[in-house]
Amino acid sequence: MKYADEFRDPVAAKALLDEISKVVADIGATAEKPVHIMEICGGHTHAIFRYGLDKLTPAGIEFIHGPGCPVCVLPMSRVDECVELAERPEVIFTTFGDAMRVPGTKKSLMQAKADGADIRMVYSPLDALEIARRNPEREVVFFGLGFETTTPSTALSIQQAAREGLTNFTVFCNHITVPPPILALLQDPHMVLDGFVGPGHVSMVIGTHPYDFIAQDYGKPIVVAGFEPLDLLQSVLMVLEQIRDGRAEVENQYARVVPESGNPVSMAAIADVYEARPTFEWRGLGEIDESGLRIRPKYAAFDAEEKFGIGYGAESRLVAEPEGCACGSVMTGRMKPVQCPQFGKGCTPEMPLGALMVSSEGACAAYYQYGGARAIEPAE
Amino acid sequence: MRDARVTLSHGGGGKAMRELIETVFTSVFQPDTMEDQARLMNSALQEPGARLAFTTDSFVVDPVEFPGGDIGKIAVCGTVNDLAVGGAKPLWLSAAFIIEEGTEIALLQRIVASMAAEAEKAGVRIVTGDTKVVGRGSADKVFVTTSGVGVIPPGRRLSADQAQVGDMVLVNGMLGDHGAAILAARGDMALSTEVQSDCAGLGHLMEAVLAAAPNTRAARDATRGGVASVLNEIAEAAGTSIQIQETALPLRAEVKGMCEILGLDPLYLANEGTLVLIVPADEAEAALAAMRALPEGKGAVAIGKICEGPRGRVTMQTLFGGQRIVDMLVGEQLPRIC
Amino acid sequence: MCLGIPGQIVAITDETRMMAMAEVSGVRREVNVACIALGDLDALVGKWALIHVGFAMSEIDEEEAAKTLEALRGLGEAQETLEAMAEGDKALEGTQ
Repeated sequence: MKYADEFRDPVAAKALLDEISKVVADIGATAEKPVHIMEICGGHTHAIFRYGLDKLTPAGIEFIHGPGCPVCVLPMSRVDECVELAERPEVIFTTFGDAMRVPGTKKSLMQAKADGADIRMVYSPLDALEIARRNPEREVVFFGLGFETTTPSTALSIQQAAREGLTNFTVFCNHITVPPPILALLQDPHMVLDGFVGPGHVSMVIGTHPYDFIAQDYGKPIVVAGFEPLDLLQSVLMVLEQIRDGRAEVENQYARVVPESGNPVSMAAIADVYEARPTFEWRGLGEIDESGLRIRPKYAAFDAEEKFGIGYGAESRLVAEPEGCACGSVMTGRMKPVQCPQFGKGCTPEMPLGALMVSSEGACAAYYQYGGARAIEPAE
Repeated sequence: MRDARVTLSHGGGGKAMRELIETVFTSVFQPDTMEDQARLMNSALQEPGARLAFTTDSFVVDPVEFPGGDIGKIAVCGTVNDLAVGGAKPLWLSAAFIIEEGTEIALLQRIVASMAAEAEKAGVRIVTGDTKVVGRGSADKVFVTTSGVGVIPPGRRLSADQAQVGDMVLVNGMLGDHGAAILAARGDMALSTEVQSDCAGLGHLMEAVLAAAPNTRAARDATRGGVASVLNEIAEAAGTSIQIQETALPLRAEVKGMCEILGLDPLYLANEGTLVLIVPADEAEAALAAMRALPEGKGAVAIGKICEGPRGRVTMQTLFGGQRIVDMLVGEQLPRIC
Repeated sequence: MCLGIPGQIVAITDETRMMAMAEVSGVRREVNVACIALGDLDALVGKWALIHVGFAMSEIDEEEAAKTLEALRGLGEAQETLEAMAEGDKALEGTQ
């Protein structure tokens, strides 16, 4: 596969790993006193485990798995609202597969489907649009989920629906943005992070400047990274070199995909269709100012919250996290997944308690699937 | 037949049903008798120490026809393979059909024709069967259940608990083709590809392997849950660990592409003609050569080995020597975007 | 998050809706190309783009890809040389 296989070359990986070890030694980081690098994006978390990079990098590096998994940070109340929408008889509820198993307070979408709701997994919001065209007598709701990478796709779909005059297509908007939770993490007095691996695909939309505050105001290095293993290793090396040299800059390892200024068409579509909500709840992190998006009034006809009178601001919204769930501590780097008392016991991918166990990008699910569940066994 | 589609009267026990059974089924399968039971004689069964193998499986697939096969082909191959991987020589099958009202007769005929063709290839006979018709919406076109009977020759014993540290793990060819072909054929994700299902009967291949590698420990047919699930079952039964090599996995570019797009892991994709074999290291080359001589085994390779370690653990050495655990699947694998 | 994969635009399928056929290792899928279109859609045919949820989100910059790869290859080659030297040293030790 072009632009993928070349970035999976084991020889170059070995060279990068040697370099990484050297710089870690220069910094003086050890297993007892490691450098803490947060990969913000869940896709990076997944790649780290998929390729076993956590076991190849020296013990002096500790990866903290960030909040960049939209499924993991989705509050339970929003899942409940999805179920409520999906169970309306006139609704065809369309969603990415990721959201199917996320537990709500009563049930997941998967369970709602078994109970009779018309829920369909799609690959693209364009497929939901097509379902709307073919089923004019039904209401097609698309579950808009994801960070800035995915937001343009629903914005462009809403614009397209408006152009076509579709009256039976709406989006249940749960889009969120990357910079606010990073700011919240940096403001946390318990924060232990030394540097960041930045989200490559979010950045191809928004560019690299939205991260300037990380380097300039908080003195932390950030390197925007691609998703192949060599991309990740090179980015980790670049972060380490900045730490060694006492620099704090925004660097771009993924220049083949990420233009410094982002993608103007995507950003224009987002700005046209969406506006910031004053505040939005993140599972495990709580309310974060201006971290979520909602559909602008001029596109209200395509807003599921408006059309069905559901959603943010309603009183029933506030739902407590399950007892014993430590997702918040894991996400802020205060606790490793295996240190959570529920890990692998009260919380497994089969019966997830907390959000981080749900998505394959969630730190806990990745630990569990790729070795973590058994990492607590004495054999390891 | 005058009717183009199956109606409820084809399930009513009268003339219409008789016509359906005769024109569509028995004229093709040609059982010896129209009695309710097949009456079977086989000399291999009378050999001292020979054992009877008996298996059953139900088949539902959407769509019922797909690139590389249809539900009929799978129904024959699946049961033939269940017999073959246990070391049995497959002999007879039963076939029962639950048919949805409104199903095209021509579709049934195509399914039956492919069953007959596949049975002939595998050297088995479809000797008894049944049909039922259910109302529209109570089934998805047609569901098929096949049961199979075969004979295990004296002295032959295949089971996963015989796997020993040092044994090799072999497969007969490309992984995940069936799962990828079905995903594309279903059309939900609007992906198109030329990949065909690997659906194939593996009876002859098993006989060839057992002739070349008589101490073969175990064989499994890696259907639902893919190769990963089978490896976990074997490691559990054997009380050992299994290590596989990522670089050794035979994967078609299109299957990789499909997995990259949808965020799936090919190790969990279903196969319908993929064998996982556990063979002593000194017989591995012979087993591979025997498989490569047959069309359904021409892509045969070793993908890993049985090794010491915690019971039931399957690990994969990644491209650059990293390790990751290959666990059993939780539920079904869903396409993801993140 | 955000699974994205490089695909090649192989044909324009619907000018008004800005749709094109993209191919990822032999798998085809219709995608929207609004984000990478600068005027003439036909100019996109043959280009590579990062595909996410049915949208071509960013055209892949061949020059930048080559630069990154070159740096990585340089490291790889240096590594191979080092390994060859280490092998040579081992062989020498063996003769002593």
